Amino acid sequence: MATLAEIPHSDVRTDLWRPLSQFSVRYWTLVTLCSLTVAAALAAWGYQIYRGLGIAGYNRPVFWAFYETDFVFWIGISHAGTLISAILRLAGARWRKPVTRAAEAITVFCLMIGALIPLIHLGRVWRFYWLIPYPNERLIWPNFRSPLVWDMTAIFTYLTGSVLYLYLPLIPDLAELASHSRDWRRHLYRLLAIGWVGSDRQWHALEIAMKLMAGIVLCIAVSVHTVVSWDFSMAIVPMWHSTIFGPYFVVGAIFSGIAALVLVMAGLRHFLHLEEYLQPLHFDNLGKLLLLMSLLWFYFTMAEQLTVWYGNDPGEYAVFQSRIYGNFAPLFWTMVFCNFVLPFALLGIKRLRNITTIGICGVTVLIGMWIERFLIIVNPLRQPRLAAAWGTYAPTWVELLITGGTFAAMVLLYLIFVRIFPVIAIWEYNDAAHG
Amino acid sequence: MAEQEAKNHSWGMAIDLDRCTGCEACVAACHAENNLPVSTPDSAAKGRTFHWIRVDRYYEGEFPDVKVKYMPVLCQQCDDAPCEPVCPVHATYQNAEGLNAQVYNRCVGTRYCANNCPYTVRFFNWFEPEWPEPLQLQHNPDVSIRPAGVIEKCTFCVQRIKRAKLDAMHDGRPLADGDVKPACVQSCPAEAMVFGDLNDPSSKVAALARSGRATRLMEELGTRPKVFYLERGA
Repeated sequence: MATLAEIPHSDVRTDLWRPLSQFSVRYWTLVTLCSLTVAAALAAWGYQIYRGLGIAGYNRPVFWAFYETDFVFWIGISHAGTLISAILRLAGARWRKPVTRAAEAITVFCLMIGALIPLIHLGRVWRFYWLIPYPNERLIWPNFRSPLVWDMTAIFTYLTGSVLYLYLPLIPDLAELASHSRDWRRHLYRLLAIGWVGSDRQWHALEIAMKLMAGIVLCIAVSVHTVVSWDFSMAIVPMWHSTIFGPYFVVGAIFSGIAALVLVMAGLRHFLHLEEYLQPLHFDNLGKLLLLMSLLWFYFTMAEQLTVWYGNDPGEYAVFQSRIYGNFAPLFWTMVFCNFVLPFALLGIKRLRNITTIGICGVTVLIGMWIERFLIIVNPLRQPRLAAAWGTYAPTWVELLITGGTFAAMVLLYLIFVRIFPVIAIWEYNDAAHG
Repeated sequence: MAEQEAKNHSWGMAIDLDRCTGCEACVAACHAENNLPVSTPDSAAKGRTFHWIRVDRYYEGEFPDVKVKYMPVLCQQCDDAPCEPVCPVHATYQNAEGLNAQVYNRCVGTRYCANNCPYTVRFFNWFEPEWPEPLQLQHNPDVSIRPAGVIEKCTFCVQRIKRAKLDAMHDGRPLADGDVKPACVQSCPAEAMVFGDLNDPSSKVAALARSGRATRLMEELGTRPKVFYLERGA
């Protein structure tokens, strides 16, 4: 940990400003590929609006499936940033320095994508504003008893909070960048630096603001994913109506968030040559955190299955048996392997834990957690209480393309971000600057 | 029950499972009355059929000694409907006569109500509805066509309830038991279905609902359905 403080401030500045001005062919290729995928996904959405939701694979009784899975998945990953960075900031962990901004940016971009997906899933998206409580002459309000309205409120609160939380620690860096850059960047940085000169009073205010926001976003982050889980657990669908969903979803969200963070950090380390900053120590610490979440996740999953099996309620048992040894069993056991067996082995055995294996676990956990949300949503829906109404589900190209588009959008937003803003807080390496 | 008594009417239905032959005349009549899109083999394979009333089949015994039992399932018009609170825009609500109403124009298509209906009797318009020629000429002018992107469901033929009330008012007489007959009830050749006002103790449906044979589908969920199934005799 001490090694980090030893890098001189001028070197830090050079290292972290380098990505802002260097553009490689590889970078533009990736940007082009991602842009094309996002454009294709948007076109697919346009076609879906024009033709109707029927071009997706939905049916009766599976009224929710891929889009809702994507929604929970992206909102889940968004917990990478705020939660991890806020916890580490409040706990005063010094090794968090190179990690926090990368994590906070994940949060903001995931939320932007996550907040868009409920619009994609609407039957009549051009009427989406009816969910917003705006004053109108007919005095019609949204239904505040509906978990979807709670959900929308929670996500917009979270988005507002996490944008502020990303922005506040950026201000000193932006001011420094403004005084060293030319062209349009100078104007952008100066505008965003809102008059930062680095006086004692400003530093003091910033410290307080960052501490406050860390506390606030921590509470919001926990509540957001609880509210997301309530979209399901408030309903009386067998296996949805469960008290375990709130904490189960929060744990799953942090789990997938850390997985995403590990992958992003590995990418930054490799492509931006930040080996000196993102050291094996950081990966090792996050790997341990990932292992802890894997164990917690397994505990919740086991508790859920065990109580359903023992309770033997016919409606719930039908879903249980289909995921343990029925149609959904391959997905279920893949999930258990990706989320528990493999991470437990690779991260639990100290000799095997290195950047590569932690990265592999990051990938499998993301896959596993996507499957988890799919199982939670689709498996109970296709087996409603009246067996005569049972159905099946398979996605069409529209859902696959739009899902792929959300991943491309995430990469694209991150690619743009690392070219405009330094991905590690530079001022945090300059102890003289802020005492 | 206090709120139910405060209502002028509380529309309900009794279905005699001993009488039902599974002929599905009710299904056909409902399609014609309520302008339901025609189901095709393709839409059936995709699980996208529209049947506001359907006849569920239950098999008892092993082949060849099999008994098939039928159960018509339609919206149960619950007094405590799980579909209602989850709608974010109040598109579905309990009206003053106990009907679980769906406002097509208000619906934004979250489909949450359809997920939360334990009877799976809510239907989503995946596309703009289409009818093969010349069926588009036989639309019922009293029932609106639903656009793509909204949920629809059984209304207990609310247009017939309104017509009967208007006719009674026009004739200057109170609404009598049997004045309202939804399309399914009217078309049942076995007369297995009875419709009427549960608030009127002398109505036929209220008497059947009080009878020892009456049960309600999954009433243990606390949904307080207003469709009563008359159990089979031994």
